[in-house]
Amino acid sequence: MTNARTPGTGTPERESSAQRPEPRPGDPEITPELVADHGISQEEYERILRIMGREPTFTELGVFSAMWSEHCGYKNSKRLLRLLPTEAPWVIQGPGENAGVIDVGEGLALAFKIESHNHPSAVEPYQGAATGVGGILRDIFTMGARPIAVLDSLRFGDLASGRNRYLFSGVVKGIGDYGNCVGIPNIGGEVQFDQAYDGNPLVNAMALGLMKREELIKGEASGVGNTLMAVGARTGRDGIHGATFASEELSEDADESSRPQVQVGDPFTEKLLLEASLELIRSGHIVGIQDMGAAGLTSSASEMAGRAGSGVLLDTARVPVREEGMTPYEILLSESQERMLVVALKGEEDEVRRILEKWELEAEPVGEVTDDGYFRIEEDGRLVANIPALPLTEGCPTYEREGSEAEEVRRLREMDLSSVLEPEGDLSDYFLELLASPNVGSRRWIHDQFDTTVRTSTVIRPGGDAGVIRLGNTGRGVAATTDCNGRFCYLDPREGARAAVAEAARNLVCTGALPTAVTNNLNFGNPLKPHIYHQMREAVLGMAEACRLFETPVTGGNVSLYNETDGRAIFPTPVIGMVGILDDVERAVGSTFQQDGDVIILLGENREEIGASEFLYHFHDRIVAGLPPVVDLVAERRLQHGVLALAESGLLRSAHDCSEGGLATALAQSAVGGDGAPRGIRVKLHERFAPIALFFGETTGRVVISVRPEDESEVLGMCRNHGVPARVLGTVGTVGGPFRIDAPRGVINVPVEQAHHQYYDALPRYMDRDEKPEDPRSQIDG
Amino acid sequence: MSRFKVEVRVTPRPGLLDPQGKAVQHALDSLGYEGVDSVRVGKLLVLELEADDAAAARARTEEMCRKLLANPVTEDFLIEVSELAPVEAE
Amino acid sequence: MRIAVITFPGSNCDHDCYRALKLLDGVEPEFRWHRDTDLGGVDAVLLPGGFSYGDYLRAGAIARFSPIMEAVKAFALDGGPVVGICNGFQVLCESGLLPGALLRNESLRFQSYPVHIRVETTATPFTSHYRKGQVLRIPIAHGEGNYHAPPEVLAELEGDDRIVFRYCTPDAGLAPEANPNGSAHHIAGIVNEARNVLGMMPHPERAVEELLGSTDGLGLFQSLVNHLSAGATP
Repeated sequence: MTNARTPGTGTPERESSAQRPEPRPGDPEITPELVADHGISQEEYERILRIMGREPTFTELGVFSAMWSEHCGYKNSKRLLRLLPTEAPWVIQGPGENAGVIDVGEGLALAFKIESHNHPSAVEPYQGAATGVGGILRDIFTMGARPIAVLDSLRFGDLASGRNRYLFSGVVKGIGDYGNCVGIPNIGGEVQFDQAYDGNPLVNAMALGLMKREELIKGEASGVGNTLMAVGARTGRDGIHGATFASEELSEDADESSRPQVQVGDPFTEKLLLEASLELIRSGHIVGIQDMGAAGLTSSASEMAGRAGSGVLLDTARVPVREEGMTPYEILLSESQERMLVVALKGEEDEVRRILEKWELEAEPVGEVTDDGYFRIEEDGRLVANIPALPLTEGCPTYEREGSEAEEVRRLREMDLSSVLEPEGDLSDYFLELLASPNVGSRRWIHDQFDTTVRTSTVIRPGGDAGVIRLGNTGRGVAATTDCNGRFCYLDPREGARAAVAEAARNLVCTGALPTAVTNNLNFGNPLKPHIYHQMREAVLGMAEACRLFETPVTGGNVSLYNETDGRAIFPTPVIGMVGILDDVERAVGSTFQQDGDVIILLGENREEIGASEFLYHFHDRIVAGLPPVVDLVAERRLQHGVLALAESGLLRSAHDCSEGGLATALAQSAVGGDGAPRGIRVKLHERFAPIALFFGETTGRVVISVRPEDESEVLGMCRNHGVPARVLGTVGTVGGPFRIDAPRGVINVPVEQAHHQYYDALPRYMDRDEKPEDPRSQIDG
Repeated sequence: MSRFKVEVRVTPRPGLLDPQGKAVQHALDSLGYEGVDSVRVGKLLVLELEADDAAAARARTEEMCRKLLANPVTEDFLIEVSELAPVEAE
Repeated sequence: MRIAVITFPGSNCDHDCYRALKLLDGVEPEFRWHRDTDLGGVDAVLLPGGFSYGDYLRAGAIARFSPIMEAVKAFALDGGPVVGICNGFQVLCESGLLPGALLRNESLRFQSYPVHIRVETTATPFTSHYRKGQVLRIPIAHGEGNYHAPPEVLAELEGDDRIVFRYCTPDAGLAPEANPNGSAHHIAGIVNEARNVLGMMPHPERAVEELLGSTDGLGLFQSLVNHLSAGATP
């Protein structure tokens, strides 16, 4: 790294591409330590030297560091992501843009995407989560779509810990305050609590937006001479190197030392930016628009140039700033929120400015589109960076690593669990306690803090299997869900990923929606560790297989790696965000029982499985062990078609999938989960195997439906035709009646009010009353 | 003319239920800080402005408080003025 | 008849209100921008929900000074019907068109779910379509809806039959758990002395279609339409 310095002054005028910037006074010298501090390996640095043909300046090093971080460059995941199916006739825009876009009929297109904000949320939960929502909304409206719904996929450590309660309540408040203010309904998502996420919560936000097909716009810097304009909030020093930060492990003292990198969200500005951007796009004065998200101006400008195959010239001195004395390095890498980069048609800058002014926002020309393929930065006319754009955005080295399963995981998976199947005590007690587990109980404490009905289009609010939104006045609807069971993925990443896709699809069909497309958020630990890389590859393979079979292509998403605290990784958590279409939104089906006398039917088969269950975790010292439930994708596919046919025929009064907590808690959720009063049930099961597995095992591929008594035979007939196992379990009882499940080897019999109370108290007892139900870990530790 | 730093303390009026204060008091209590009899949570606004003298700065801020910065139904305000530097006459 | 829906920067229920008004025969909703100074001869005014100007100082505190509010005030003082929903209610209180203030919810959390409210009086231009004592199911969605007023003002509101809606249980009871935000006297909505200005926290515009879970809010807009077509001069 001791290359000869630039020859110095006196170079005659040459092509822009050959110009090399002078070292900027005050910038540090490039040393091996500085390179390492930027997260750039020796090998990568040599590649940079080859691309540049010289040593980079400090500003250029910062730019490379951000663009070649995992967050922007996907260097450890790109090769795996190529394994995913991404195409279908209804896919308008696949991976690579700000968001995926699918055709939803009637001339309308749906943009949707999920993105993580895990690391910022671990440090400052409120702002971390809020800015996560802000970022994903901008990804949607920069495609030209008006955001119509958000969902969140969240993971936290055990609520017995005060730190985790703090993170949880901060994240929920952050998501709520931001989305509520912008005015986008929150229609669902999921949350899981497990000590594997202690210190490293996951905050994945998904958003959906709607547009007319012809309103689609891309993030491209096209048209030589067109003007780049910085739009929205001013640039400050917040979040510098957030993208690099997101690509590193958290250390124990991260919460102190990482503070300066946290960005602060301003949802009011976001709302103005949303309205202004949509007006701008419809006005025809701009040809491209992109959020200044991770790696800020650097990534937005270089990616726009990269996609268009053009170049850009920017002057950092023209960027409106919030603080004095900001260097080009800082301006290029700032992650200040609520900013956009737009490409205005040459000569129409004033029109752009006028639209922004109407919304009380600024728009400043900061540069122009060039044709030399270079990402060129000046500071007040003096060159400070000059990098070929394509190698910067596409030339990030990608790695395929060796993966191997951790011995510990194999041991846990093969653990003999037969002893836990023999209960000591009353099954009803187990049942009631499980209902109050944070992983099984009601999520009302969360979504009561989210505006779920603004925009007057929410047909199914959070709390059901999937949220459902009507699509304007078309009579059609879209359902959306996020799913992933990290415990399944930990014990068997391939099977776990297949289960996640299957559960997402199952959740959608339960509302009557046809599963259509996927956005994914791959949350893993440090990919340089062989057992983590193994998890990633296996999960992607499982996901690819299931998505291919279900015809739900992946249209984009996000990768979040290095989710580790003090060297301990989270569970592999490849979250599936899936959307589905309802041709007739009036036919949307809820998840709760409607009427006494209705017949309860189980679709799918019960199996004697207890591995990876909430039951195990909750009652057996928080162990995550055993074989996760087997996923039969072909049977799942038949089940989906069967449920859809029933929904479309209007035969379903309710449909609810079985997941955490098993069949007994699924029945309870349908009995007590609605806005109305809880209803009892009378159910008989015939399986002679261990009742613990029968009641609480998490066998996949099962849906509990209820139908009118007069429709019973028709429903069973349709199931037969679709090859779906269906069996009458019993009947829905009266409001306040007994909740009773009989099996050959055990019975659950409780007053339904008690089940109701337990179910709704699951989160309040931790969050409102600050109760600390016993922490088994403290017992284990002595 | 001088530059003044004006601090405006806006607090909930006495007797008004202050759920935020109550929550903080509860939290302090559960952390073992006993004997905290009352907590009121308000906000602090820091303004920098030019005025002829401190009295004028105070008078202007009072007007701002009555008009915008505090809600007379629910909030009291307290103003503190300190001089930063004289402004050079042009 | 023409009804103005005011859009402040940060309003986010303006389109919902517009859509709800559109469902009524003979109603022409029109948007008015916060910078407008003229209501343009409309028959009624609706201040929608949202977070005007970010609600950064106090909810509604800054919106009150926007140019359009001068016109709204004059319209209201002239007897024209004005409805403020959620943030609109907060703006009306801040601007002095309604007494009292809306504090942070007692829980300190944003609250969003359908609640039950009881119609306390039908002697307003906004509730003639309902029965006194009728229970409506209408969503709330707010962080600052905790109605507060000095005791003498509350007494006046009670004495003059100016409390329009109260939070209640499904069977019309006033149990404490039915009060979602800690409002004094369970107040969910009030009118001014002249009874032509209504402020309420629940969102009637979100309860106008069966598909969305309730049609109980329709009666409010229908009452207003009846009132206007009965020829009451604004």
